[in-house]
Amino acid sequence: MVKFNRFTLDNGLRVIVHEDNTTPMAVLNILYDVGSRDESPEQTGFAHLFEHLMFGGSVNVPNYDSPLQQVGGENNAFTSNDITNYYITLPSANLETAFWLESDRMLSLAFSEKSLEVQRNVVIEEFKQRYLNQPYGDVWLRLRPMVFKKHPYRWDTIGKTIEHIADAKIEDVKTFFKKHYNPQNAIMVVGGDVKLEQVKELAQKWFGPIPAGEKYHRNLPQEDEQHDERRETITAKVPVNDIYIALQMPGRREKEFYAIELMSDILSRGNSSRMYRSLVKDKQLFSEVHAYVFGSLDKGMFVLEGKPSEGVSVEEAEAALWAEVEQLTRQEVPADELTKVQNKTESTMIFSEMSLLDKAMNLAYYELLGDAELFNQETEKFLAVTPAEIKGEATKLFRKDNSSTLIYLAEQTND
Amino acid sequence: MTNILNRTEAPASKQIEHISLIRPDKTTFANGCSLYTFNSGDQELVRIEWIFNNLRFDPAKPLLNTAVNTMLTDGTKTLTAAEIADKIDFYGAFLSVEYGHEQSQVTLYSLTKHLDKTLPVVKDILVNSIFPQKELDIYIRNQQQKLQVGLQKNDVVARRTFNKALYGDSIYGLTPDIETYNSVKREDLLAHYQQMYQPSNCTLIIAGKVEQTAIDQLTNIFGNDWSNQSKAADTSQPVIHNATEHFYFIEKPDALQSAIRMGLPFINRQHPDFPAVQVLNTVLGGYFGSRLMNNIREDKGYTYGIGSGVVSYRQGGALFIATEVGAEVCKAATVEIEKEINLLKTELVPEEELSLVRNYMMGSLLGSLENVFSHADKFKNLYFSGMDYDYYDRYTNIIKNVTANDLLKLANEYLKFDKFYKVIVGKY
Repeated sequence: MVKFNRFTLDNGLRVIVHEDNTTPMAVLNILYDVGSRDESPEQTGFAHLFEHLMFGGSVNVPNYDSPLQQVGGENNAFTSNDITNYYITLPSANLETAFWLESDRMLSLAFSEKSLEVQRNVVIEEFKQRYLNQPYGDVWLRLRPMVFKKHPYRWDTIGKTIEHIADAKIEDVKTFFKKHYNPQNAIMVVGGDVKLEQVKELAQKWFGPIPAGEKYHRNLPQEDEQHDERRETITAKVPVNDIYIALQMPGRREKEFYAIELMSDILSRGNSSRMYRSLVKDKQLFSEVHAYVFGSLDKGMFVLEGKPSEGVSVEEAEAALWAEVEQLTRQEVPADELTKVQNKTESTMIFSEMSLLDKAMNLAYYELLGDAELFNQETEKFLAVTPAEIKGEATKLFRKDNSSTLIYLAEQTND
Repeated sequence: MTNILNRTEAPASKQIEHISLIRPDKTTFANGCSLYTFNSGDQELVRIEWIFNNLRFDPAKPLLNTAVNTMLTDGTKTLTAAEIADKIDFYGAFLSVEYGHEQSQVTLYSLTKHLDKTLPVVKDILVNSIFPQKELDIYIRNQQQKLQVGLQKNDVVARRTFNKALYGDSIYGLTPDIETYNSVKREDLLAHYQQMYQPSNCTLIIAGKVEQTAIDQLTNIFGNDWSNQSKAADTSQPVIHNATEHFYFIEKPDALQSAIRMGLPFINRQHPDFPAVQVLNTVLGGYFGSRLMNNIREDKGYTYGIGSGVVSYRQGGALFIATEVGAEVCKAATVEIEKEINLLKTELVPEEELSLVRNYMMGSLLGSLENVFSHADKFKNLYFSGMDYDYYDRYTNIIKNVTANDLLKLANEYLKFDKFYKVIVGKY
């Protein structure tokens, strides 16, 4: 149970305060309601590039990192398809420094040409390091456009191509900032060794004067239901074959989400899971196998992935993956097995309360979902899932004509 | 009149004066196993670690320490791998094994209320593991396939080559190839297991909301009811020999990026200069605002990330710099790295930068104490280096007081670029 208080400034900034006096630290987390799904198809990767530029100096503070390090603080950020999240941890005695820095870059950036030029290069190197220069690194660049035909989830947060990043102009940066980076589109969580009254005062002082800006109204093309089996096979410089099967699934706010997430746990969480036990240990068809969901806000992906063992054909391996999931559509999961994954989920939630930063990020995210209090209700929703629901969701999910299969074949070499 | 907010000036700030660490209670059982207890926190859960010193490295059977540790959860006289996993998972607990260069361990995260169910499983794997041949075959095949994937990654190849050069044929330089795995034999695993996983070679650490019942359970199961083998664990390690060759270039004609890893054997935590060289390392490449990051990422845009680090082992340590850079700028990047090292040896670190690094390191130490588990981790750093809590007093004192002149002197003493081992994987 994570306790918190909430208030909203006149300019629309939502603020959540979580007092935790077991730590000498404070966290300031700001979630901006913008992700790569809000990009134009001609300018993908921009939300993430923009995240890098948020560290390139703001209107009154030329250097973001140094003053924070000077007071013993650390920061980082991440961009997903749905959100961009920035966080600072620092000794609580220096909390005001975090307010100063974060409020100035919400007010306005410096829009430095030099920063844009350098960060374009840095992000291009990130693109190469994580997506191009790794075996299987380009999997999401290939798989997303198979699963999504209309929705902007069809590109990865890094972007479709390096060219989109290389072409970014400072005018685009300014437009993006104006559209998305204002108090109305942000949720701030302040947690740790802080007091509600203190946070109210600091929030009013530093964020209160920031103009409300324009509210961004999201209007994204929604993905149609899939009714065709999709497939692509590529031969690549990878050491072993690899199979990815992605299935369309309901978004994070839908009630079906809970049964589906537990289904992925039943299939592949830990050494007692079905696919690990059956496909890796008993039948020894795979060296590794995974099932996971992307908890995206709009219609998302359920992914099955596995590397077949040496000597096992891709066809045999793929059939074995389907056999495992089809089992879920035919027979209800035994009560004990469901209890097992529910217990695991429950204890994971309790363990996550050991981390201040996790709590702060979660409160911001659940507030975006509709209400920070949902964070505290999450466990109950998982515990309420029944075997019948899992069977029902499995039947809807695991259809060949809801699947996109990407196969990597290892290039045969002569040495 | 209203107050105009001055956004150009940083708010007043405070220095971190003092770091307080939770120290454990210690009990030693009659069988030689020591229990350290960190009792703090509100959540009804604990983390328990069983930590064992690795056995002496045998170059003819290099994988025994890691294979035995990894396979601990693969079956006992009474439980199959699947049953072990079932029992742990059913109670929402997490059981993991972790192999390190010096120690290997078993870790259990469990809700306090389920310890009576989860502890006996741990006891079973520590006493009754049988390393079934079938599981060993799976282990070998899957490790070989993982290694095949790893060997396609430039940074992995660079790290292996670097470790081999620095640590040679020792547990620190262990870089198995596909064939090495075929040499793992079940009877060797069993012999290794019996000698290593016994109470006299075990340190037990419990952290969390520790109630007396938990202590009693541990005392019964791992104190009273766990006995030593006749043969004590030989945990000495052979002396390390560095390679004579200092430069390694592994060409990958299609590489978009090159992995660079360079560094040299270094002092360890026991050395009086260790805290001060950590300040030096932080200036060089130990944080986001470091000189390497500022120059090679933030100014030149050659890389997504670059950093340096210091590792401490019983026999000594290492300093290393690691990055992946655009293949076409690899040479330019190494020139810049050398430039930054030379700067530290010829020019004083400006007071403003030094003060920032001091505060950053103090904040980072304070911030690393997130919960009771982190306090136990700090203890492990000390305990396995054979040091006591005075170390952190000295560490904070040195961070606060080390001068630019000290750092200049240390840079000249320790950062000898011509002694560096340099590894490039990709294009050069």
